[in-house]
Amino acid sequence: MSDFFHWYIIAITVASILGMVWLIWWTRKLPASEESTEHTTGHVWDEDIEEGNYPLPRWWLGLFYLTIIFSVIYLILYPGLGKFPGLLNWTSSERYASEVATADKTLTQLYEQYDKLSLAELGEHEAAMGTAKRLFLNYCGQCHGSDGAGRPGFPNLRDDDWLYGGDEIAVMKSIAKGRQGIMPAMGAALDSAGREQLVDYILKLSGQDHDTELAAKGSPLFTTYCAGCHGIQGTGNSMIGAPNLTDSIWLYGGNVESVTDSIVNGRSGNMPAHNDLLKEAQIRLLTAYLLQGRSQ
Amino acid sequence: MNQSATYNDKVVAQFAYASVLWGIVGMGVGVLLAAQLIWPELNGGVPWLSYGRLRPLHTNAVIFAFGGSVLFCTSYYIVQRTCQVRLFSDTLAGFTFWGWQLVIVSAAISLPLGITSSKEYAELEWPIDLLITVVWVAYAIVFLGTIFQRRVKHIYVANWFFTAFILAVAVLHLVNSAAMPVSAFKSYSMYSGAIDAMIQWWYAHNAVGFFLTAGFLGIMYYFVPKQAGRPIYSYRLSVIHFWALVAIYIWAGPHHLHYTALPDWAQSLGMVFSLMLLAPSWGGMINGIMTLSGAWHKLREDPILRFMIVSLSFYGMSTFEGPMMSIKTVNALSHYTEWTIGHVHSGALGWVALISIGALYSLIPRLYGKKSMYSTKLIEWHFWISTVGLFLYILSMWIGGVMQGLMWRSVNADGTLTYAFIETVERMQPFYFIRFLGGLLFLFGMLLLAYNVWKTVANEQRATVMIPSAA
Repeated sequence: MSDFFHWYIIAITVASILGMVWLIWWTRKLPASEESTEHTTGHVWDEDIEEGNYPLPRWWLGLFYLTIIFSVIYLILYPGLGKFPGLLNWTSSERYASEVATADKTLTQLYEQYDKLSLAELGEHEAAMGTAKRLFLNYCGQCHGSDGAGRPGFPNLRDDDWLYGGDEIAVMKSIAKGRQGIMPAMGAALDSAGREQLVDYILKLSGQDHDTELAAKGSPLFTTYCAGCHGIQGTGNSMIGAPNLTDSIWLYGGNVESVTDSIVNGRSGNMPAHNDLLKEAQIRLLTAYLLQGRSQ
Repeated sequence: MNQSATYNDKVVAQFAYASVLWGIVGMGVGVLLAAQLIWPELNGGVPWLSYGRLRPLHTNAVIFAFGGSVLFCTSYYIVQRTCQVRLFSDTLAGFTFWGWQLVIVSAAISLPLGITSSKEYAELEWPIDLLITVVWVAYAIVFLGTIFQRRVKHIYVANWFFTAFILAVAVLHLVNSAAMPVSAFKSYSMYSGAIDAMIQWWYAHNAVGFFLTAGFLGIMYYFVPKQAGRPIYSYRLSVIHFWALVAIYIWAGPHHLHYTALPDWAQSLGMVFSLMLLAPSWGGMINGIMTLSGAWHKLREDPILRFMIVSLSFYGMSTFEGPMMSIKTVNALSHYTEWTIGHVHSGALGWVALISIGALYSLIPRLYGKKSMYSTKLIEWHFWISTVGLFLYILSMWIGGVMQGLMWRSVNADGTLTYAFIETVERMQPFYFIRFLGGLLFLFGMLLLAYNVWKTVANEQRATVMIPSAA
């Protein structure tokens, strides 16, 4: 803040507050008009509207003074008058930092005990899993559902199918660093016959009803356009998060329309990174929660 | 007959009917939104009916279409009678009516289409903003021109408030809506970041302060003494609370941005000035309520006066609640919760709508040279139905909002939040339902008003009111 604005803020603030005090003082001595009667000012509008002459209620004046006094004291103690920090030197950022520090201290102690336990042990630790469940509801449930069953575009976390691998390290990495799953749009590379053939081949891969003839024609197209990521057999590649196309699990739907849409327009999945939002210990708890009761 | 010897009540009547119509439309959309919060599928998958698009339509319709029409109607009625002179220009007055209706219709089309500047209570895009500016300048010329030509020496207090409202809204609108157009329906604000937020809430809070408070205090200052047949309680109180109100309100905006990127000093100033606003606000309530002292018996017979007195009570309550909610520690709980929605509606329905309804019931028969509306019994029913609706609305949002705030901030010993967000949404359902019922009752009351107005004016000739010779 420049010196000019520092003084400008002080000047208009102080002038406004003093103005209120002056206003109270001035209205108390407000001269009655020449026409005034015992109870009214003597002015009449629209035939019958008059103004009473009563003094200001004392309790009301007291209330006004009280709020003014409170404000003056507040502005002496807290920041308000330009650059003047207030006698208490209070700032919202310091208060936030100190609250976070206090919380961190308590939580570090709490989480320390969990560091010694393996993920399998954590999965059986009741208090740890209670914490993990609440973390899951607040950080994961919005997309993956509060039961973790997912929905189109957001993977189901309860099955054994993992796009990026289901071991401890892979799951922790997904939570901490996030994942960007890109299926490029192939629409420009395929004519409508080609699209149809490819889709039928994919239906065949996943064991769904399909046209054998079309699927046979789709096979070389698959090798050209899809096998690079999804593999020659179509079983996917967890290194890059390419889904397995031979099972019945579909991130964006497995019917003709959805598969065609995925091929023609591509897909873009984004799991945000959580390493700035969660402590490492919390990410371990979440991982343990997700892998709870599974053979690893 | 010499026109200048009569009041221009044509434009008053036009705005009166517009008030009733837009009141029903605006509140109807509000009830639909309240229902969508319980049954989200009510938008039928139609984008134009989605919550995000209808919500600004609701706020714009009730504030600017309903509230605005009431203010035009009553200010034109009052300024002529308290200045004892015809409106400055019939042509310009007529222009303000059609111009304002065009603004409203443009809003009703553009907002559901998703055309928005995204600034709360100033969502309308730049071409409509320009139209508003032109209409507002015409309004200022008609109103202030009438005051300049007055045949009464002193300017009545109601006109101080209308003048403050007209001038302040002009400044607020111009500054906040300053934007760079990139196409016919899209513009970008002149401001960015925290400054944009500050300008926006300086505007929005003063839309409350000058549009919804100062303007409606103008209505109160005329219709309460008129209906009660008593002098306004205290001239000195009028003076002090008028000047204090207009001087302090303009500072209060930052309390909408507590604990945000807004610098601490601005937050503190917003808070202390909001607190100092308590007494000046109550000055208006005292002046209104005390005007009735010595005539309390009239409340028994006159439901119109009851609308006004309950309205003043809600004004007092909201203007107590507002400063309290601006205290940072209270705000930490109330901010972003439905408590804020409850607070807004205790002001918007309790204060603004009730005083408007009272004024319309008092004014419309006079336009037709009648002593009273078609049915006083219906006014009575309207009063009770809307009062019950109001209480259901406000109590549900208070209780639900405080519960919501407490659930959001509840933290376990392990540092996790006690409740997932979706759990707080589930727990709000019963409160949303009570609020929906409250809103529905209030809307039903508005339909009674419309019926009563219809029966009062249909097939009747509007009276031509002669200006009395100078007092």
